[in-house]
Amino acid sequence: MTKKALGGVKLVEFCSELAGSYSCKILADLGAEVIKIEDPRGGDNARRMGPFLEDIPHPERSGLFLYLNTNKLGITLNPQKAAGKRIFEELVKDIDILVEDNQPGVMQDMGLGYEQLQATNPRLIFTSITPFGQTGPYKHYKAYHLNMFHAGGEGYLLPGGQDSLDRPPLKAANWAGEFDAGLQAAIAILEALYWQGLSGSGQYIDISKQEALMGLYMSEYPRYLNEDGYIGRRAIQGQALGGILPCLDGYVAVIFFEDREWLALLKVMGRPDLAEDETFNTRTKAILNRREEAQAYILEWTMSHTKEEIYHEIQKNGGSCGIVLTPEGVVNSEQIRARGFMLEVEHPVAGKFRYPSVPYRFSETPVKLERAAPLLGEYNEEIYINRLGYSREDLVRFKGAGIV
Amino acid sequence: MFEQGDSNNKSGLSNVRVFDFAHTLSGSTCSVVLALMGAQVIKVEYKGRLESSMRVDRMRPWTTSRVSHVFIPTNVNKLGITLDLKYPEGLELAKRIVKISNVVTASFRPGVMDKLGMGYSVLREIKPDIIMISLSGHGGTGPEWSYRGYAGIYSSLGGLSELVGYADSPPTDTRSSADFRAGLYGALAILAALNHWQRTGEGQFIDFSQREANIPPVADAIMDYTMNRRNQSRTGNRDSAMAPHNCYRCRGEDRWISIAVGTEEEWKALCSVMGNPDWSKEAQFSDEDRRWQNQDELDKLIEAWTINYDRFELMEILQNAGVAAMPSFDSKDLCEDRHLKERNALSVVEHPELGKYHLLSPPWKLLATPPKVTKCFPALGEDNDYVFGELLGLSTQEITRLKKKGVI
Repeated sequence: MTKKALGGVKLVEFCSELAGSYSCKILADLGAEVIKIEDPRGGDNARRMGPFLEDIPHPERSGLFLYLNTNKLGITLNPQKAAGKRIFEELVKDIDILVEDNQPGVMQDMGLGYEQLQATNPRLIFTSITPFGQTGPYKHYKAYHLNMFHAGGEGYLLPGGQDSLDRPPLKAANWAGEFDAGLQAAIAILEALYWQGLSGSGQYIDISKQEALMGLYMSEYPRYLNEDGYIGRRAIQGQALGGILPCLDGYVAVIFFEDREWLALLKVMGRPDLAEDETFNTRTKAILNRREEAQAYILEWTMSHTKEEIYHEIQKNGGSCGIVLTPEGVVNSEQIRARGFMLEVEHPVAGKFRYPSVPYRFSETPVKLERAAPLLGEYNEEIYINRLGYSREDLVRFKGAGIV
Repeated sequence: MFEQGDSNNKSGLSNVRVFDFAHTLSGSTCSVVLALMGAQVIKVEYKGRLESSMRVDRMRPWTTSRVSHVFIPTNVNKLGITLDLKYPEGLELAKRIVKISNVVTASFRPGVMDKLGMGYSVLREIKPDIIMISLSGHGGTGPEWSYRGYAGIYSSLGGLSELVGYADSPPTDTRSSADFRAGLYGALAILAALNHWQRTGEGQFIDFSQREANIPPVADAIMDYTMNRRNQSRTGNRDSAMAPHNCYRCRGEDRWISIAVGTEEEWKALCSVMGNPDWSKEAQFSDEDRRWQNQDELDKLIEAWTINYDRFELMEILQNAGVAAMPSFDSKDLCEDRHLKERNALSVVEHPELGKYHLLSPPWKLLATPPKVTKCFPALGEDNDYVFGELLGLSTQEITRLKKKGVI
């Protein structure tokens, strides 16, 4: 059996939004045993969100759900029912981590708050993930991904480098903010898990998605706070030189900060004369003296070359550049393929696909895709009968009563 | 129950020491997470190479700003030493620090640590249970392992840039968030390895790729390709099903509010707040699908209403009615926001020369072991005496000699 970084760690997920689900996916892929609780009346929200296989909406065909729930065990349970609450308590009494994303106060009202559960399981790491955290005047405010992303500060700075302010600030791609908030939650949980190993004690974690996202742009705030230098949108520049530029067959990111990278670019552009020019031969000089001219040279060159030519020519000469890859471009990139980033797993309904994995390769505890996302209630028998000791008759009755 | 700042608070990583070679924004972010969680992080710098360190604002080398606001927040809580590994004595000292460390972080191109004599195979000889991360741009293997890059390049190669932007505009350079994201994933990997080490006593090597760290944010679009061979593209602020779903202009200069409506109930609440204008009853907006189909028109009508309001005033009105609405916060808004103030989302730390320095508090609110900012960034070599004297046991004379020689 292969070693897993979080082998033996037990987690229960009681989430309906993407951030909570993603934080538990990260931990499941690292080897924690994750029991995902879904609502018996239709399951996780992501089951109803696209992309769907062949554009046929179906709870077992959502690519978003399939991605977010690899390596998890899935059961159905409704803890709003009295018997459901009792089963919930049984499920969490010997686990290490609970992750939930209900509105503040909901778990306490159900009798499943931190104080209540911690009384029987002092090792429990109880993690709450909400848009604005458990305290403060906005704690009950509603926020979809769009609102949360714009509350996090990065949206106002996007897309940046605009000449006019006619168009609104921008959210990031699809659900990027939910994924990033889930990442921050997983980081917090791993600190708490380490502390649990040292002390034997669990604790409460309050993750605000807003603060989680602010943490991905931590350099902008100090500039304002310490220099009184308010940064309006107009002042948010794009790259002083280069940037994301069109080329023959798409876009490239010609981004560089070192003089040697600038000189490498001049070389591949076939302009060694400019590399000799005293007003042009460092990046700073080019920006301060002849920025528009320099930018025009770069653009003229990218417009007459393909993205592959530009990327490899610049990189092979010691410059710095990237391709703006489409999803297809990412999946088929030589580097991504060579590193085995996409992992394959077969799902009983959706079939066999390659899934994006993780940016870390562990020498001793490699991340593996051992299980596809669970079907709705797939592990009910395993958990309720084999683990908790209920009978098949009990399970049938629970089902009839809408408890599972 | 959620009070923080209790002096009895413990540090989650109090028994962890990190030898930190990370010099990039992503690398410094990775190790600052551990420092904020209470690990002792010894940042090593070499005086001759400061031009490639984040101490200098090299995005804007012509600015007169004394400090780099990229460097400071990502180097708080760290100890700072100087050490030149080109000297055999320097290398020997580095190895002695490895021997008393649990984690080594590096963000050079693959192979640089090996050339310095500090590759993983060497470190493992010195300290068999060491955890080492190599946080490189493209990873340590594959045909592009030696390629260069910056945040905007990694978000482009990760597929993120392609999907950020207005539908009719070029892709977006998401800039430094791609570096922070990579650093955070790096810290996550180290924390996982630390948990494994705590249970088994086993260390390991982590080969980390920054461009791969910028793929998860668009994982669903990648799935759309592997399942349906579809390449999604940019959709601005729009959603695939919800409408209205956009940022709308408010009163004032360049002031905006985001409004998203996901249910019929929310739509009715929005209409009610707007005073149920006649246009809201038109057939083209009569159900969620028609609203989605006609959202260009819908957006214009809503904006004609929002423009009359202050964005915070409107946020309160809409939230009280049950509609999801938040201003598009700029840095000033965030720094002055009453909610964030009440949650202590901002910290202040003293610096001997700068005075009070304001920055974000760590976003991981752990009740028993809250990460916190305890000291500002180290001056170059500030902790040489502590690390070489107290930790390694070198005499004052020996330290003076090494300083004179330029080893430290």
